[in-house]
Amino acid sequence: MAKYLLLKHYRGAPASVNDVPMDQWTPEELSAHIQYMQDFAARLEGTGEFVDGQALSPEGTFVRYDGEGRPPVTDGPFAETKDLIAGWMVIDVETYERALELAGELSAAPGAAGKPIHEWLEVRPFLAAAPTITE
Amino acid sequence: MDEALQRTLTPTVIGILVRRGAHFAAAEDAVQDALVEAVRAWPDDPPRDPKGWLVTVAWRKFLDAARADTSRRHREVRVEGEPMPGPGEVVDDTLQLYFLCAHPSLTPASAVALTLRAVGGLTTRQIAQAYLVPEATMAQRISRAKRTVSGVRFNQPGDVATVLRVLYLVFNEGYSGDVDLAGEAIRLTRQLAAKTNHEEIAGLLALMLLHHARRPARTGPDGRLVPLAEQDRSLWNTRLITEGVDVLQTALTRDRLGEFQAQAAIAALHADARTAEETDWVQIVEWYDELVRLTDSPVARLNRAVAVGEADGPRAGLAALAGLDPALPRHPAVAAYLHERDGDPVTAARLYAEAARSAPNLPERDHLTRQAARLKAELRS
Repeated sequence: MAKYLLLKHYRGAPASVNDVPMDQWTPEELSAHIQYMQDFAARLEGTGEFVDGQALSPEGTFVRYDGEGRPPVTDGPFAETKDLIAGWMVIDVETYERALELAGELSAAPGAAGKPIHEWLEVRPFLAAAPTITE
Repeated sequence: MDEALQRTLTPTVIGILVRRGAHFAAAEDAVQDALVEAVRAWPDDPPRDPKGWLVTVAWRKFLDAARADTSRRHREVRVEGEPMPGPGEVVDDTLQLYFLCAHPSLTPASAVALTLRAVGGLTTRQIAQAYLVPEATMAQRISRAKRTVSGVRFNQPGDVATVLRVLYLVFNEGYSGDVDLAGEAIRLTRQLAAKTNHEEIAGLLALMLLHHARRPARTGPDGRLVPLAEQDRSLWNTRLITEGVDVLQTALTRDRLGEFQAQAAIAALHADARTAEETDWVQIVEWYDELVRLTDSPVARLNRAVAVGEADGPRAGLAALAGLDPALPRHPAVAAYLHERDGDPVTAARLYAEAARSAPNLPERDHLTRQAARLKAELRS
C-alpha cells in the first residue's frame, strides 16, 4: 500500500470545467456537494483506504524567524500568492492507478446546477519509511 | 501479562474454535474479543492455564455472538454436535491459518493485515498504528479480507509462496510505531519454519535474520541511512548472523534453490566479511546470476550491476547497467555510484541529484542529496 495526498486548491490549479464560485450556488447545490464529499470519505473508510481529510480556512499568515530574542515577523495574506490550498484527503491504496481513479471520482463532486465540477486535484505520493532490504 | 505468550496462542485458539464448528471469521472475532478481555483480566488474575482460559472465554464470546443472531448462528455453526475430525484428518491449524490469511484472492495489503491479526495476534489498533492509518480503516480492511476468504475451506492445502510473499512484505515495511514489524515477521516465519520443512521458508528466515542482524548499524544517531560499506560492523548482531547462516546452510543442502535462499546467500556473504574490503564480490555476482535466473527480476539485474562494479571494476558495472531501463527505481542512484567510482564526479553529482528527486522514501532521499552535495562541494574546491 502507498499513501497519496489528494490536494484541492482555492487558487493555483487550472480552472475547473464547471467553474462557478461556491457562493453563487444554491443552498441545495451546496448541500449536495457536501453530502458527496462525506459519502466519498465514508465509502473509502469502508474499503479500508481512508486515512485523513481536512479543509483549511483561506485566511493564512506568513511567519518567519527574525533573529535571536526577537518575535517572529508575520505578514500576509498575500493576494498575489499563486497557490492557495483549500484542503486535502490522504488515501492509502494498492496502486498509483487506484489513486488516480479516486482523485477522478472526487473531482466529479457536484457543483452549480448539480453538474460535476471537473475540478483539478493534485495527486502527490508520500515518501515512506526506508525498506529493510534494498540490496 | 505475558503478551508474547498470549500472541503465540492466538492462531492455536482460532484453530480450536474452527475445529469445534465455528466459521473462521466468527472464530477470529471471538478470539480477538477474548484477547481484549485478557488484557483487562490477566494483570490482576493471571490464569494458570492461559491457553485453556483463552479457549473458554473465546468459545463463550463465540456462542454469545452466535446467539445474538439466530440466523447468523446457522451460518457460523455448521452443524451442532458435528463429530470431531478423526485422527486421519488432524491438520496443523496454525499452518492452515497462514495459508488462509495469505490466500491468493486477497490483495497484498489485506493479506498482511489479516495475517498480523489472526496469526500474529496483534490487535486492530496495533496494526493500524504500524501502518499509519486510522483504526476504523484497518478494521474495515480486515473485515473485508475475512469476507473475501469466507468461502475458502479451512483444511485446504495452500501455496507456500504466497505465505512467504506476505511475510516478506511485513518484514520489509520498515519501522514505524510501537509494533516492530520486522521482529514480528521473524517470529511468524520462525514459527512457520518450525512446522514445515521447506527450503524457501528457511531461505526467507535466513534472509530476515541476516538483515535484522545489521539493523543497529543501518542508521546513524541522527537517523541517517548508513550504507553497507560504511557500517560499523562491530554493531552487527553475531548471534543472529550465526543462526541465519546455519538455517541457510541446512536449506541449501536440500539442493532446491529458490529466490529467498539466493538472497540470503548474498546477505550471508556480506555478513561474512569483517571489513567492506574483504567482501567476496565475485561470489556475490555468481549468486546474483542465480537470482536473475530464478526471478528474471529487473531489480535483481540492477543490484547485480552494483556487484559487478565491485568485482570487475566500474566500467564492467556500467556495461551491466547499460541494458536496463533507466526508469527503474534506484537506477540513477546505481549509475551515480558507478560513475563516481569510474572517476566522473560531474556525471555522478548530476545523477545523485536526479536520484534524490525520484527517491521513494525520505531516508534514501536525504542520503542521495548528501551524496550530491558532497560531490558538488568537492568539485568547487
